[in-house]
Amino acid sequence: MLKRIWAHSGRVGILGLATMALASQPALAADKLDTGNTAWMLTSTALVLMMTIPGLALFYGGMVRKKNVLATIAQSFAITCLMTVLWMVAGYSIAFSDGGSLNSFWGGLSNAFLVNMGKDTLNGSIPDSVFMTFQMTFAIITPALITGAFAERMKFSSMMVFSGLWVIIVYAPITHWVWGGGFLGEAGVLDFAGGTVVHINAGVAGLVCALVLGKREGLGNESMAPHNLVLSVIGASLLWVGWFGFNAGSAVAADESAGMAMAVTQIATAAAALSWMVIEWVLKKKPSVLGLISGAVGGLVAVTPASGFVDPSGALMLGLIAGAICYWGATSLKNMFGYDDSLDAFGIHGVGGIAGALLTGVFAKSAIGGTAGLLEGNAGQVLIQLEGIVATIAYSAIVTFVLLKIIGAVMGLRVSREEEIEGLDYNEHGETVH
Amino acid sequence: MKYIIGIIKPHRLDPVPTPTAENGIEGITVSEVKGHGRQKGHSEIYRGAEYQVSFLPKVKIEMAIDETREDEVVSAITGSAGTGKIGDGKVFVLPLESAVRIRTCETGKQAI
Repeated sequence: MLKRIWAHSGRVGILGLATMALASQPALAADKLDTGNTAWMLTSTALVLMMTIPGLALFYGGMVRKKNVLATIAQSFAITCLMTVLWMVAGYSIAFSDGGSLNSFWGGLSNAFLVNMGKDTLNGSIPDSVFMTFQMTFAIITPALITGAFAERMKFSSMMVFSGLWVIIVYAPITHWVWGGGFLGEAGVLDFAGGTVVHINAGVAGLVCALVLGKREGLGNESMAPHNLVLSVIGASLLWVGWFGFNAGSAVAADESAGMAMAVTQIATAAAALSWMVIEWVLKKKPSVLGLISGAVGGLVAVTPASGFVDPSGALMLGLIAGAICYWGATSLKNMFGYDDSLDAFGIHGVGGIAGALLTGVFAKSAIGGTAGLLEGNAGQVLIQLEGIVATIAYSAIVTFVLLKIIGAVMGLRVSREEEIEGLDYNEHGETVH
Repeated sequence: MKYIIGIIKPHRLDPVPTPTAENGIEGITVSEVKGHGRQKGHSEIYRGAEYQVSFLPKVKIEMAIDETREDEVVSAITGSAGTGKIGDGKVFVLPLESAVRIRTCETGKQAI
């Protein structure tokens, strides 16, 4: 949906006007700044930044053991800083510029260092500076999500190198494919706010990281129980609130599409949390707090691609299904294959993202987002969704694997066994929590 | 003189009598501890991963008393801390050789 601001930049301005301004006023040209839209996008940008710091930092930071809290939080925070710079240097250009003959695959470097972005440059009905910063916050959270997969064992230095290269080589091109005018967007893949670009992408990269880095020392023998779930509850709650910027902000307008995105996000999230809770209650006898917040995050992930395309009933069903699938992803699937996805980056974001992308093709309503799904007789949409999923998984997995192998050969990926047992907080950062 | 150590369930601390002249308890020390007896531990489940938690939260109470009050104090603790379920805890009675009240340097029974 984000690509529409490029492909059909007139739409946002006209719709925004219809809802915001006097009915008698004639439709303005597409490149007219809309203050309502701009205000909402400024707000959304701040909300999405809040998802990573402190949202994700706390969500992950509460789930690790006491000796790795600061190291885990440091990963989200340092990634926030690094991605900001890299997005300015090259990421935004690769993702959202016109790449000429290679435009199907990447946007090129014509806008490196944001050379084409002036104060008055518009992007649809909002300043390009706002759109660029909004997109920057997505480029921040995506590599930060991956850190959940290799938590408690990866070297901080290697993590920084990996995340920096990954956002340029993997994230920015995939963003271009779906939203920047690339081949997946042209194929008709529905991804309103980043189910494919952000969550499948990060989840799959996380899975590859977990496989390449191997298990944490002592997994299966000693307790890996979360040290403070209150931090995780606060983090998950900040993620939930921030997600309104993520999903409703992806309308890139303060309009009816944003309103519906907000409503279905809330409904699907609550439904997924309840779904996980009930399943765990029945199977494991107790409704755990970690289960409640995990289900909520699973629902947020799953509704991300769907948020501009489904109605409230579709969101309810999607949430209920997503909660169950993510429960399976974070418990059974992980144990079945034995990889150590420490904080379930793949189990929730990868699995939830895939489920959400497919279910978007099932529940999409033409009256909401202009595209019909399987339930309205358009079975082909599910196949188009599948194309987006497969392309993202294949590219993300292969390039992530190659990156890790190169970085591993040059500088190593894991801290030493002794450092890992003693904890990353002291050994990597020279600090401890208490 | 006797030294009494009681290890009881945390939520049974309140019913344990506070020191008064009548019940023979002059002073008491309370600490939060972890451990287990026959009760063993319990299991916690996080996203499907089950961990055995072998040490459970308990409260340890310690008192120095005159040996003539022993039965009275022990039954006060067992009466208050008992729920009839496994994990209620234990009371240990030890001989106490000497005691000193630091402020006055009194010794023996005057000090407890």
